[in-house]
Amino acid sequence: MEDLKEQIIRQLNLQEVKPEDIGNDQPLFKEGLGLDSIDALELIVLLQQYHNVRIANPEDGPNIFYSIRTMAEYITAQQNKTA
Amino acid sequence: MSGNVWIAGGGVICGIGDNLAACLEAFEKMQPGMGTMQHLHSVHAPTFPVAEVKADNTTLAARAGMPEHWSRTALLSMIAAREAWDSTGLQALSKYRAGLVSANTVGGMDKTEGFMEAFLENNTKGRLRDVVHHECGSVTELVADALGIRHHVSTISTACSSAANALMYGARMIRNGLLDVVIAGGTDSLTRFTLNGFNTLMILDQQPCRPFDDTRTGLNLGEGAGYVVLVSDEAAKDIQPWCRLSGFANANDAYHQTASSPEGIGNYKAMKGALDMSGLQPADIGYINLHGTGTQNNDSSEGLAIERLFAPVFPPMSSTKSFTGHTLGASGGIEAVFAAYGLKEGIIYPNARFTTQMKEVPFAPAVAFSRGNAFRHVMSNSFGFGGNCSSLVFSK
Amino acid sequence: MKAYIQGTGCVSPQDSSVFPATIREYEGSRMLVADPDYRQWIDVKQIRRMGRVIKMGVAASHISLQDAGVAMPDAIIMGTAYGCLADTGVFLNKLVTQKEDMLTPTAFIQSTHNTVGGQIALLLGCHAYNNTFVHGAFSVEHALLDSLMFLGEDPSRKVLTGAVDEITDYSHTILSRFGLYKHTKNTGLLQSRTTGTIAGEGSAFFVLGAEKDAQSKAELTAVEMLYKPASAEEVRTHLEAFLKRHGDVDLLITGRNGDVKDDAVYGTIEDALFPQHPVAAFKHLCGEYPTASAFAIWLGTLALQNREMPAAAMFKGASPANLKKILIWNHQHTTHHSFILLTAC
Repeated sequence: MEDLKEQIIRQLNLQEVKPEDIGNDQPLFKEGLGLDSIDALELIVLLQQYHNVRIANPEDGPNIFYSIRTMAEYITAQQNKTA
Repeated sequence: MSGNVWIAGGGVICGIGDNLAACLEAFEKMQPGMGTMQHLHSVHAPTFPVAEVKADNTTLAARAGMPEHWSRTALLSMIAAREAWDSTGLQALSKYRAGLVSANTVGGMDKTEGFMEAFLENNTKGRLRDVVHHECGSVTELVADALGIRHHVSTISTACSSAANALMYGARMIRNGLLDVVIAGGTDSLTRFTLNGFNTLMILDQQPCRPFDDTRTGLNLGEGAGYVVLVSDEAAKDIQPWCRLSGFANANDAYHQTASSPEGIGNYKAMKGALDMSGLQPADIGYINLHGTGTQNNDSSEGLAIERLFAPVFPPMSSTKSFTGHTLGASGGIEAVFAAYGLKEGIIYPNARFTTQMKEVPFAPAVAFSRGNAFRHVMSNSFGFGGNCSSLVFSK
Repeated sequence: MKAYIQGTGCVSPQDSSVFPATIREYEGSRMLVADPDYRQWIDVKQIRRMGRVIKMGVAASHISLQDAGVAMPDAIIMGTAYGCLADTGVFLNKLVTQKEDMLTPTAFIQSTHNTVGGQIALLLGCHAYNNTFVHGAFSVEHALLDSLMFLGEDPSRKVLTGAVDEITDYSHTILSRFGLYKHTKNTGLLQSRTTGTIAGEGSAFFVLGAEKDAQSKAELTAVEMLYKPASAEEVRTHLEAFLKRHGDVDLLITGRNGDVKDDAVYGTIEDALFPQHPVAAFKHLCGEYPTASAFAIWLGTLALQNREMPAAAMFKGASPANLKKILIWNHQHTTHHSFILLTAC
């Protein structure tokens, strides 16, 4: 999950945010880290690029990208599926 | 500021026809212009249908009287702008204080893309003639020079509302007594840049788009150019103009860089502002040419703003993008031609492929082409990224 | 049609906080903006997606609004010739190198020409009229003309207007291949007597109002453009008519850029129409770019407030003692001439 945090910070150019500032269960969007719909699209590409996981339907985004933990769980589940 | 601004004529080239008459025929025969791309080279060709102008650059260049290595955006612009001028019955352009106000979103990007392939390999490579007209303004000047317009030449780029703003600026130049006639509208050719850009936003439909339909899942890109000729009272004396541009407004949604506010604040302000300027009530509007891209977000925001302004009685409305695709910087110009000519002929344009009314709003778009309707005023909407929202009202 | 400049803001290769006492010197073929700490004006959460050009534009516009004491303008009208080049370049690069695969939206949405105007509106929560002119070396002039019309239509309004353009590595490399630039020192640029100039960039914004008040720094008296004149003679005739309408000026600011081919026409017409006039210049301070006339307006307004043009900007003669009327005459490649008249308040 620490790698994921660093990838997110880099991809979204979250200046002045350090990996330890992001709680595993903290909401990433709105009141949490303050991400928005454009960030969700960036995260979809991030999953594809770094984890070879595709999200076909952007409407699934809010659930998958709720927190670092939900993202990590989704990645693991998808990778297990294809393994 | 005083006087009327008349629409003396118009011209259009887009995915459903290479002049206005051909487009009208396509509407009447319910023949939308989407299909597999033939002229744009993209890896997404099998995936995303587009509404391309059905001609290669060699053919377009011959029609435009321009070199074929120039940007397709300039070629399209020239063809539609000349049709617009020739439709008016005005005297030679040189007799007037004339302006060209043209909109586009990516200038000569179609050529720049090719240049970049060579340039990125080796930055001393790539033909400079392919980037010399990269700037948006440069595309406009190619056309102004070909038409012989020197008095006033300008270019506006406010994303998908660009061409509507070109009409507004042209109209205000006339009302301020600075010009007698203005060719105003917009142009954009399909590019990989915009196709891929919209794809990153995941708002391209893999099927022909379904604007203002509950089943809509995105937009199809199109290309083309559309211009009206705006003229002063004085210049309109000797001709039979189509109608007047009686109201217009530009407002900003100020909600998000790309998304519309859910309730369509900017959309509402633009439509309301245009109505107010024309001194009309919502019930006076006989037809709305919707922005209607086919994305979830646009259509629901636009729909809710229309509901707020027009309820309880809704005029016939449709998105001609269901035929032409979304032509970006050209759309406001193309749709202004459709709206203004439609007012003259009492045309209600159909919304192609409509099946299911949107849950968000209590109305549905028109589905059949009809002519001879008795209305006196029509509205045309153009909304874009950056919160830019513009509405135009045309009156008899 | 005229207006009053109520506030100005400028982000340029010069450090506005010490200009004109200290002039930044450059050696090379480009002059980059002296980036201030943009977090002064932009929240760190909002800054992360912004390219330099957006930051420049947002900063300059905020400074001008603060300067004017205007919280919410009634219009945002701007000009940019190139738009958001850096993000355009990023997206084009990925498009080509990744063969249209795995592209992300940020660079694309930041690449549209109205991004700066849209961002300014978004940060202010400003729903008012919003327009972006993208007509090369006339972009500023069209924005000003639109602003003047907008104020004429309702004199109670306040308009935020200005321009921005940036240099990127791609754009500089490509424009260099057209032979536009040379390697030199900006301080000696205007005396270099060779072809080529130095590329520049920057943003200048202004708050305009129709009514003169205590805030007013200068009057924007006239804006005119001359597109593709057939000859230098046509430029001269146009300028003569302009001066006849508006009266003589105390000082001429020309857009001399140190390229002998471009500068020749200034010299010829100066000799004919302004033989006794002091002449200032500005492109040795900001570099050459299509919307550089916005920097000249900023400089001219500063000079009119102080009733004196800074010595560092003088090209010929000394600044008049009680400077009241300035004509800015700029051209690009002799095809796009602009004439902007400023008068002291």
